[in-house]
Amino acid sequence: MSDIQQSIIIRTIVRIMIPFILLFSLYVIMHGASGPGGGFQGGVIFGAGIILYAMIYGIEEAKKKISDKANRILASGGLVLYAGTGLLAILFGGMFLEYGVIPLMPTTAYTAKILIDVVEIGIGMTVLAVMISLFFDISPPETEEDMHIHEEVE
Amino acid sequence: MKLAALFVVILTGAMLIYAGQDLPAFGDSESPAYQHRMTQYFIENAESESGVTNIVTALLANYRGYDTLGETAVIFTAGMSVLMLLRRREL
Repeated sequence: MSDIQQSIIIRTIVRIMIPFILLFSLYVIMHGASGPGGGFQGGVIFGAGIILYAMIYGIEEAKKKISDKANRILASGGLVLYAGTGLLAILFGGMFLEYGVIPLMPTTAYTAKILIDVVEIGIGMTVLAVMISLFFDISPPETEEDMHIHEEVE
Repeated sequence: MKLAALFVVILTGAMLIYAGQDLPAFGDSESPAYQHRMTQYFIENAESESGVTNIVTALLANYRGYDTLGETAVIFTAGMSVLMLLRRREL
């Protein structure tokens, strides 16, 4: 593990690739309405990008980018966003998750399209936060030796 | 014990292969799944009712939206369970 983490080639390539992985995951989430994609897949890609960062740069460094608190807020916020969209439909006199009744856009189909995107974002938030949180929880705590390796390479 | 496990695995595999012979061919337009009237309904109405061109997403987030909400809740619950059971440090 530490050999891989010390390699300057891997550290540089990972640093270059991660923005593109995260951007692609956002594309996959937002593309769910018009092609292959969706919240589950995009969330997993986002989580994989952060996990790649954590594997090379260390868990503690990754936690500075996305903290445990942010994970908790994202995981529950995504579910609230989804359920809230459903409850909003009840407030406007429809059934649970009946997107068409919400007077957001001129046609019901267009409103449904926008709200399906909102729902996909909610799914993506929950999935990515749970992925990252699972990895942080299962991985062993970093020893002082590990921290020393990261300082040495920097 | 290992032989018994191997026997069960081979038996299950043989049963699955035998049952697999009756599955419709891949992409067969005459198969029951394509001939069902709900399939025809979704193909004809998914875009005009949901506004999305991807029928899979229309089914997932609109027709079966309640089911997908449950799936998201399952993932959330799994994450929170691991957080509570395995977290080694203070919150």
